[in-house]
Amino acid sequence: MYTTELEDKNKKPAPREVLVAEDPAKLVAFEARVAADEFIEPKDWMPAAYRKTLVRQMSQHAHSEIVGMLPEGNWITRAPSLRRKAVLLAKVQDEGGHGLYLYAAAETLGTSREEMIEALHSGRAKYSTIFNYPTLTWADIGAIGWLVDGAAILNQVPLQRTSYGPYARAMVKICKEESFHQRQGFEIMTVLAGGSPEQRRMAQDALDRWWWPSLMMFGPPDDNSPNTAQSIRWRIKRETNDELRQKFVDVTVPQADAIGLKVPDPKLAWNEARGSYDFGPVDWEEFYAVVRGEGLVAKDRMKARVAAWEDGAWVREAATAHAAKHVVKAAAE
Amino acid sequence: MDRALSDYAMRLGDDSLILGQRLSEWCGHAPMLELDLSLANIGLDLVGQATHFLMLAGDADRLAFHRDVLDFKNCLLVEQPNGDFAQTIARQFLFSNWQELQLRELSGSANETLASIAAKAVKEVSYHARFANEWVVRLGDGTDESRARMVQALEWMWRFGDELFDVDAQLDPLIAERIAVDPRELRAEWEARVTKTLAQATLDVPVPRRGARGGRMGHHSEHLGHLLATMQFLPRAYPGTVW
Amino acid sequence: MNNDWPLWEVFVRAKHGLSHKHAGSVHAADARMALESARDTYTRRMEGVSLWVVPSAQIVASDPGEAAALFEPAADKVYRHPTFYVIPEHVKNI
Repeated sequence: MYTTELEDKNKKPAPREVLVAEDPAKLVAFEARVAADEFIEPKDWMPAAYRKTLVRQMSQHAHSEIVGMLPEGNWITRAPSLRRKAVLLAKVQDEGGHGLYLYAAAETLGTSREEMIEALHSGRAKYSTIFNYPTLTWADIGAIGWLVDGAAILNQVPLQRTSYGPYARAMVKICKEESFHQRQGFEIMTVLAGGSPEQRRMAQDALDRWWWPSLMMFGPPDDNSPNTAQSIRWRIKRETNDELRQKFVDVTVPQADAIGLKVPDPKLAWNEARGSYDFGPVDWEEFYAVVRGEGLVAKDRMKARVAAWEDGAWVREAATAHAAKHVVKAAAE
Repeated sequence: MDRALSDYAMRLGDDSLILGQRLSEWCGHAPMLELDLSLANIGLDLVGQATHFLMLAGDADRLAFHRDVLDFKNCLLVEQPNGDFAQTIARQFLFSNWQELQLRELSGSANETLASIAAKAVKEVSYHARFANEWVVRLGDGTDESRARMVQALEWMWRFGDELFDVDAQLDPLIAERIAVDPRELRAEWEARVTKTLAQATLDVPVPRRGARGGRMGHHSEHLGHLLATMQFLPRAYPGTVW
Repeated sequence: MNNDWPLWEVFVRAKHGLSHKHAGSVHAADARMALESARDTYTRRMEGVSLWVVPSAQIVASDPGEAAALFEPAADKVYRHPTFYVIPEHVKNI
């Protein structure tokens, strides 16, 4: 899954000043390499602002994977068949693996996983707003796979060619593994949409609740996205928020039609001239409220993460202590 | 299908199913991200085994989602709550070391289906046992706190060990036909394994006490009812539906 | 303070006959745990038949600042490549 750009819309970009302080010759060479689609590797010279932006984006991305385990994890114990249980457990496990790949990639920039986790728990680091919505019914598991993973795929595919080597390589692995995620979600929705009236209701209700938050996953509109231009120049981002959002709407609407569900947007209409769907305005006030931590289950999510980390402290310490004893013992032999 | 055989397949399947369900509760809440992945892998192995065993007994989903406590035949050990990580490890340690031996013998069963399920599963479970053994050693011989927790966890789980080796009238004929494993024959090897790991962990073997039993006959602890209430909620709330 | 378990680099042999290839990293307190986490993280989809784990701190890497001195001198040694040599066209199997 993917994290959107979560900076406050009123915060203006500052990296220009930072750039001025860099060695101009190195900076020119760096920009030229990136412009030529070369990969930047951990030990290569890079501007401080590039490093900082990357650590922020990659750690947000990793945090989103880890926090993203919770809404779906909420249904693993209640999955309605043995097959669904195995699939969901494997999927949520994948999200954990993806968080792990991304933390490791971010660690190559000199920030430890523990520091990143501390930033998440203290509220300094953000994660995708989508995970602060609750999963109420089994259909939400279908909707998350179909819509949230669908949006994530569109966001993530271009990142396989992002300029930072470890990030790009992590994304290649992630995209390959996630290819089943969206399909399993759509399969759930298909079964529910063709099921009993109660199941149909669940499916439509899930689409109603997850549609707009999914559109928000692509981040604020381009004219309000402070770092887009620089991120695109640096190949940290490869397409703008609005371009990706439009792509998502265009591929998803026919899928909803195919299983007889209705996208909850009265303004949705096919625009023959553009060859795309026109759609209604996203409620950005809601988006920023969720970014600020006002999502219905935001507090529950953080509480669960902090509890897992704190309750596990004694386990991590025990293994460290055991390993240290072992080293001493081995040295004495 | 022979009633005794399907009953036996349910015992095997229910053990895996209930422990798999318990382990899946950890997903997203483990002490370290790497452990989330490991616990989920073990859980997935167990759910897979359960599916195969229950398919031998009948309609696997029907059996998993529509039986009540009295008809579940898992041992009491696997339904015990996760507790802290030490308790989860203690449960896994006692169970996986037993299950590995049981599956190893079962892979020679006169029933070909049982034998082939067991032959595949024993590889999975030997990894589970290895994982659990190592963690018993790390926690037992780690910090004072981890040691105290590990001791307490073993104390809690130990009384559920005896049931793993019980034989009853249902099992006798299957053992005679070489379809089922005689668990009494596994006991010495299991004890040797467990004792060896506990020694590596610098822990004492818990004092024997009267074993808790009844699971194979449907007489469970209170925990199983709650586990089933969660697990079976959807198919029970919407009867006759497909998911 | 950094209480993280140390970082290990994971190398996976995809199938017999191939070299081990870098797959990623895991945090682990000891070598066996590192192997198990590597197994549980990087071989869930039959990606491998063998694993190496190496403490990340033990890896010695070349310095990108020295890349020119280290690697560019190889560029003009065209005589190391078979296409450098002129062989009459009618001569085969060489």
